Amino acid sequence: MAEHKKKLLQGNEACVEGAIYAGCKFYAGYPITPSTEIAEGLSVRLPKIGGKFIQMEDEIASIAAAIGGSLAGLKSLTATSGPGFSLKQEGLGYACIAEIPLVIINVMRGGPSTGYPTGPSQADIMQAKWGTHGDHPAIALTPAYVQEILTETVRAFNLSEKYRTPVIVLYDEIIGHMREPITIPEPGELEVIDREKVTCPPDEYFPYDERFEVPPLAPFGTGYRYHVTGLNHKKDGFPTNDSKQINENNLRIMRKIENHKAEIWKNEEVSLKDADVAVFSIGSTARSANFAVKAAREAGIKAGLLRPLTIWPFPDAAVKELAKRVKAIIVPELNLGQMVLEVERCAGGACKVEGIHRVDGEPITPAQILEIIKKHAK
Amino acid sequence: MSEGTVAKKQKLSVPFDYDKYLRPKKLPHIWCPGCGHGIVLKALLRAIEASGLNKDDICMVSGIGCSSRTPGYVDFNTMHSLHGRAFAFATGIKFAKPNMKVIVITGDGDALAIGGNHFIHTCRRNIDLTVLVYTNAIYGMTGGQYSPTTPLGDIATTSRYGNIEPPFDACKMAEAAGASFVARGTAYHTLELEKTILEAIKHKGTSVVDIIDACPTYYGRMNKYKSATHMMEVIEKDGTVSVKQADKLPPEKLEGKLLRGVLYKTDRPEYCEQYATQVMGKATGK
Amino acid sequence: MGEAALKLPNIRINEKLCKGCSICVDFCPTNVLEIKGTVVAVKDLAACTRCQLCDLRCPDFAISVID
Repeated sequence: MAEHKKKLLQGNEACVEGAIYAGCKFYAGYPITPSTEIAEGLSVRLPKIGGKFIQMEDEIASIAAAIGGSLAGLKSLTATSGPGFSLKQEGLGYACIAEIPLVIINVMRGGPSTGYPTGPSQADIMQAKWGTHGDHPAIALTPAYVQEILTETVRAFNLSEKYRTPVIVLYDEIIGHMREPITIPEPGELEVIDREKVTCPPDEYFPYDERFEVPPLAPFGTGYRYHVTGLNHKKDGFPTNDSKQINENNLRIMRKIENHKAEIWKNEEVSLKDADVAVFSIGSTARSANFAVKAAREAGIKAGLLRPLTIWPFPDAAVKELAKRVKAIIVPELNLGQMVLEVERCAGGACKVEGIHRVDGEPITPAQILEIIKKHAK
Repeated sequence: MSEGTVAKKQKLSVPFDYDKYLRPKKLPHIWCPGCGHGIVLKALLRAIEASGLNKDDICMVSGIGCSSRTPGYVDFNTMHSLHGRAFAFATGIKFAKPNMKVIVITGDGDALAIGGNHFIHTCRRNIDLTVLVYTNAIYGMTGGQYSPTTPLGDIATTSRYGNIEPPFDACKMAEAAGASFVARGTAYHTLELEKTILEAIKHKGTSVVDIIDACPTYYGRMNKYKSATHMMEVIEKDGTVSVKQADKLPPEKLEGKLLRGVLYKTDRPEYCEQYATQVMGKATGK
Repeated sequence: MGEAALKLPNIRINEKLCKGCSICVDFCPTNVLEIKGTVVAVKDLAACTRCQLCDLRCPDFAISVID
């Protein structure tokens, strides 16, 4: 087996490997550039391991079928890109309130609308948090390397099963289509979290039992007959008009994520300890930032990089702490200013915050970032 | 022959212990006085009893609307999903767990308007779902707007000058899209409906039953029907002809009437079986 | 069928579930039922033929004929 461990894979292919590693057994999707390779890969892989692959009639149906698959007990995935992600918002909200584990991959392309299908973008950051209506929890992961797409896909499944909530993986077209040598982890090398088994007798089971922070979910067809709805509901899953219960329902789904932010957060820091100027960036842009920081260091500037792998919940604590000890935080992103607003909020005026934005379908270059680092180092 | 005479002549399924399949604490249901949905639900529960299915193996999935509140009242694995999307949620559940009997409860707006595309592709796949479309020609939950089955000229809160959109025939649509079992029933012909639903449940593949029932509160009042009974007599009894009777009637007697009974039935490969044999079979080299 | 059939049927009505829609009253072939106030009531039990149409067409699980 050892000779197969190293592979030259495209980002989307690494996502397939991650899904298989995590125990994904159900995929429903709809073709869309630049994420289609995930569907193509899983259409080959899943039937070999007893998994289910279905190409649905549209994006909405895809997320709905994936939720159905998950409710029936299979780890489920759907993948898409910007316009498809817009359509999936309806199902995403359902999965949030009904607390159905699910992983959604969004390979970000230029927008709005059909935009620039083959060009990279990071313009769905806010959509991942605010795209579906109503208040709801959001977990979104942002890998920057092909290897990381694999590991973060595994982490996405783990978080979704652990917190009984949809988890989004956001990466841009560049790393989705980029090929890099990666190592396929051996079984047991990465943690894989499976859904908690329900052991109580059926008449004592409540799918939204408020005694649990995350109540365990019994798969349909296992003798636990209960009700699932997108309406605000009581602990037994039935709709309620009682304001106290509606409030509790809404707050608990937020709380179960809010209380565990520290476990969900994951950041990479590059020469940040003594930095005067910091860069905050994700995905392919963070790769440019990495080069820019190294170049700045070579030029004698104390620059560093904070690269979140969890963008939602937003890494408030890390940014707040950073803002107190640097002159400036630079936020390069492939949009017209989304993460920069969050960084400004967290910095609270403690340091300067400047965005670098680009929406011409081209990546932000190390030179662009270096120039702004130099400006703030003066 | 009236339903009463039929009831006497055949082995009756009533009195029936509906509580066996209901969540009795959830009653009374939300449906208005005279709404046909409760009558349809009772026929469905009797059909389920006759099918011999185990409650743990039944999954009921609905969309949004009055009829889609049905799953809340029955003691199965139940899912009240999103408007129009019940087909897709049900497809996911069935595909993940092919041994479950998955029943989709949907209304005419849910199935034919917002869920129209999902309806078509469910039929095309011929996945083993039993689909009951409650057709009452109105959006009841939102207060009486015209639906894809509102007859031409009829009044709704959004067609005050008369509806100008021709109505849909869910059965023709289902057959054209590939469903392997297509039938129609009414709440009025409740024993016949029970038998039709039972046949639909037993059928392997997508089975669609279009069920004509009455919304006295909105459609009825706006269109000058005197009562629920009046609607059942005019729309369900006089407005339909069974396929058996239709063979004997001259074309002029059939004009403007909907056919009742099993309208189309064929054997066609079922989706989950195709996946297991064709896809998984080839993928694993078996 | 002679005098032996005189045993009267037992029509069970659940007043908590009845919404008084009158479907059972209207379709009863022998005029056994009536609406009293807001719910259904038995008017003429002796006329009941146990055809069970009231049960079959009741939308509210509110009436049944228990032999």
